[in-house]
Amino acid sequence: MGDLVSGPFAAIHAASVPALPPRRSELGRSLLAAFALALVLGWAGRVIELRPLELARDIGNIGVFLKGYLHPSFANIGEYAWQCLVTICIALWGTVLAAAISIPLGLLGARNLSPHPAVYFVTRRVMDVLRAVNEFVFALMFVTAVGLGPFAGMLALGIHTGGVLAKLLSETIESIEPGQVEGVAATGAGRLHVIAFGVVPQVMPNFLSYVMLRFESDIRSASVIGMVGGGGIGFYLWDTIRSFKDREAATVILLIVAMVMLTDIVSSRVRRAAI
Amino acid sequence: MTRASVIDPISPVVTLDRASKVFSGRRALDAVSLTIEPGEFVAVIGRSGAGKTTLLRCLTGSIPVTDGAIRFGDGDLAGLRGRALREHRARVGMIYQQFNLVKRLRVIDNVLIGRLPHLIGWARWVSVARIFPHAERDIAARCLEHVGLSERAWQRTDTLSGGEQQRVAIAKILAQEPRIILGDEPVASLDLANGAMVMETLRRVASSAGVTVITTLHHVDYARRYADRVVGFRQGRLVFNGKAVELTDRAVVDILGESRPSDAALAPVLTAEPRWATS
Repeated sequence: MGDLVSGPFAAIHAASVPALPPRRSELGRSLLAAFALALVLGWAGRVIELRPLELARDIGNIGVFLKGYLHPSFANIGEYAWQCLVTICIALWGTVLAAAISIPLGLLGARNLSPHPAVYFVTRRVMDVLRAVNEFVFALMFVTAVGLGPFAGMLALGIHTGGVLAKLLSETIESIEPGQVEGVAATGAGRLHVIAFGVVPQVMPNFLSYVMLRFESDIRSASVIGMVGGGGIGFYLWDTIRSFKDREAATVILLIVAMVMLTDIVSSRVRRAAI
Repeated sequence: MTRASVIDPISPVVTLDRASKVFSGRRALDAVSLTIEPGEFVAVIGRSGAGKTTLLRCLTGSIPVTDGAIRFGDGDLAGLRGRALREHRARVGMIYQQFNLVKRLRVIDNVLIGRLPHLIGWARWVSVARIFPHAERDIAARCLEHVGLSERAWQRTDTLSGGEQQRVAIAKILAQEPRIILGDEPVASLDLANGAMVMETLRRVASSAGVTVITTLHHVDYARRYADRVVGFRQGRLVFNGKAVELTDRAVVDILGESRPSDAALAPVLTAEPRWATS
């Protein structure tokens, strides 16, 4: 709280208040938006049968359910642990496949690099389809070709994640500094050189980071893809729960949690070290 | 052998023959006729929107003129595309206000980018992985030495100061061996000391190679000090074309208009101690 009346800027602060242009009130718009949001949320709550009171009353039942899981069985832990490793391998190869798919798609689907608007449009739609179709659906599809097992799961994961990475890559490419690209193109370098020198160095850190983030989420996906025959720990998760082997299911869930936590920690360490 | 020998030994005469460029009705270049002899250092001055950038973009072959012609030697730049456009761009070395170096690459790799159009055979393909023959690396090292930045070769380019980056850009041009150097406000984002150093380096390498330089400059003082010839543009028209010594204050006002700080006021700043530096 300085002394405004006598400080060096006193003359400015003491001057008469000028007439600013009128300010439009935004209160009405805010109220309208809040009302609309409340309406949508209320309706959606009815659709999903939101019953908080019931949840509060019967929450104890969950305890009864969980009691069955309090004593994990370690009879088959060797097999489950092996299947967790299989799951990690599925995610690893799935992510590699996804990265390989995403590079051509990402280049063709970036507005500033695509050779033709039609190519851009088609590539974008292919990316949309790959992302929109769940990896479970792809797994069912690949099972018909290569049979039940981790190979089908890895293909499914790779194809779906390929679409996700392609979108992220193309958007990264669209946000690069055009000046750096122009500096390469201005030397008369060909298209391949312009990409290798002007584009790749700019997108590489982001792309690697996205690939590693997707690896983490692919681990989570791979741990359930076995439910539809895609191999890995997911089969046992499904099997033990469905046949009410609570103690076995508890072991599987614990292993999955441990696996996801461990890979997340390792992956984020690697990600930070690499970039 | 990785060196292409298709390039003429000396700079071509650059001819603008009633060249016009129209953007949606506005004449960015208006019937400009101009001849630039090999080895000349030409400064282009004019206010924003006077047609300087359009002139540069026409000279690089990025955009075609609407009327008239621009020729490098006997070659018309009209309708250059694909391979012919790339060959033209290899003959033109560009230097930009924002340097346009690839920031995450090492300094030496940015210089090697200038060698890309010269690579032939397998070296061309392998270079995509940033692997270059020894002879090419040696050329890049010499070019870097020539601008006094050998020490920085292995540093990431964005760790260098603006003035240093612009000198790396000059080294890249040396590696490219162009027949003409075009500058787009090469010192506009540098402070006066760095700007002067970059202009001196540019002047020195251009004179020793005998290569033509055409560059826009917004400080008239730089134009007077470093250029052989000054061309002034106003609303797309060529309104001044003469030796740098003929660029009187009166002529500057004719080109840039009255509403600019007098250049005489700026001149002492370039040479003298800062006036406010007294304790």
